[in-house]
Amino acid sequence: MSFSLKKDKSGVVVVGVDGQLIVGNRQELKQKVLDALDGGAKRFVIDFTKTGYIDSSGLGVLVSLSKKIREQGGELRLAGLNEDLQTLFELTKLDTLFAITKTADEALAAF
Amino acid sequence: MRLDVPSDLDVVGDAVELVAGRLPAGTLSPRRLSFNFRTALAEALANAIRYGTCEDPARVVRVRVELRRDAVRIHVDDGGAGFDTSVVPDPTRPENLEREDGRGLFVMRHLVDDVAFNEKGNGICLTLRAG
Repeated sequence: MSFSLKKDKSGVVVVGVDGQLIVGNRQELKQKVLDALDGGAKRFVIDFTKTGYIDSSGLGVLVSLSKKIREQGGELRLAGLNEDLQTLFELTKLDTLFAITKTADEALAAF
Repeated sequence: MRLDVPSDLDVVGDAVELVAGRLPAGTLSPRRLSFNFRTALAEALANAIRYGTCEDPARVVRVRVELRRDAVRIHVDDGGAGFDTSVVPDPTRPENLEREDGRGLFVMRHLVDDVAFNEKGNGICLTLRAG
C-alpha cells in the first residue's frame, strides 16, 4: 500500500491511494497532504481508483483533512470510489461532506 | 484459525491480509472477502488495540476465525476493561458528522450480518454469512 502525489498543470494535487486507507497508514496520508498544504497547495483530489478498502480511521482522516484544507481556503475532492466504497460514504453520510466524482479527471475539471 | 496480533496499530493491515489470505476459497464471495471481511476485521482490530489493550506492547489481541457451513465468524478478544456499546453516539447525526472518530462500530454493523459482544464488552464476534 502506498500514496502517490502528483500536481497537475493548474496546481491541483492528486493523491492516489493504492491498497487501503486504514488505521495503520492514515497518518502517512495526513502528513503528505499537510506538507503539500504547507507548501502552498490549496486544491486536492484524493483518487481511490486503486483502493480496496477504507476503515473508519481512514474516513476520519479524510474528514480532518477536509476541515484543515477548508480553513486554509482550499478544497478537497474525492474520486474513483468503487460501489462498495461509495456505499460506505453514503451510509456514514460522509457523501454529504465531500464533493465526490467518478474519476479524478472529473474532479479536476470541476475546480 | 487462531492468531495473536501484537498491540500495534501499524500491524492491523498485515494481520487482516494474513487472516483473509487463509480463508478457504469460496467461503465468501471475492467481493465480500475483499471489502466487508477486511474492513470489518480492520475495525475490530483497531478498536481492540486502541481501547482494549491500549497499544501496550506487552499485550496481544486474540483473533479466532470459526468456519461454519453457512457462515464465517470472527472472534476478536482484547482482554481489556470492555465498554458499554449502548452509549456509542450515532456518527451520522449532523453534530457528529465532522468528528474524526466514532464510526467504527457503526461501520462494522453495516458490513457484516451480525455483531455480538461478550458480557464484559471486551470481545466481539462478527458473523458473515457464506457466499
